[in-house]
Amino acid sequence: MTDETMLEGEGEYSGGVVKKFLYVNRRAPYGSIYALESLEVVLIGAAFEQDVSLLFLDDGVFQLKKGQDTAMSDMKNFSPTYRALEMYDVEKLYADKESLEQRGMTEDDLIVPVEVLSRDEIKDLMAQQDVVLSF
Amino acid sequence: MTMLHIVNKSPFEKTTLDSCLCYAQEGSAVLLIEDGVYAALQGTSVSEKMRDALETLKVYVLEPDLRTRGMDQSKLLNGVELVDYGGFVDLTVAHDIVQSWL
Repeated sequence: MTDETMLEGEGEYSGGVVKKFLYVNRRAPYGSIYALESLEVVLIGAAFEQDVSLLFLDDGVFQLKKGQDTAMSDMKNFSPTYRALEMYDVEKLYADKESLEQRGMTEDDLIVPVEVLSRDEIKDLMAQQDVVLSF
Repeated sequence: MTMLHIVNKSPFEKTTLDSCLCYAQEGSAVLLIEDGVYAALQGTSVSEKMRDALETLKVYVLEPDLRTRGMDQSKLLNGVELVDYGGFVDLTVAHDIVQSWL
């Protein structure tokens, strides 16, 4: 361990290699467990102080829909977790422009601010990563 | 014989809705539940297809599943009817056959 990494060791974990992780979310919430499981793994990545980005693609953009109300269905509403990501220093959230458009959604429909990217920009984003995890 | 078709898959991810609409007879009912509710929204890439379907079919959406996903009546295509769990039961009783498209 170098002096530099020792000095940075304020958190739970220090001294390891920091990799760029991209979590690709392509599933709608609630219909399957993927969206919830992705959040769990994102928080693990953040706990280990990795360089975490989240991309919402295809039906994954529905995960960020504002106003999710599970009172009638009695399911667990996990959408507030997306707003809490900031506290874990997960601040790089991206959504695919075409996926939003096909689903009649705009940035105003989303529970958290994201950077809306074109397909070409997403190609570049993926190419910059060390690890890509798909959910 | 009247038939109730139940669709629970997202129309953007699976072909379940397409198959259902191909084989549903005029006058049948389609109930959208779980991720199937996304098919009932205005302004999407499947809205046009659903508008056509609504001319010959009755379309219902399960409200608890719609609200869970952050949508409400204001986002629905004209002609789509909301039902709650009791309404779901009533629909299954009112039709001779229930076909669940998985």
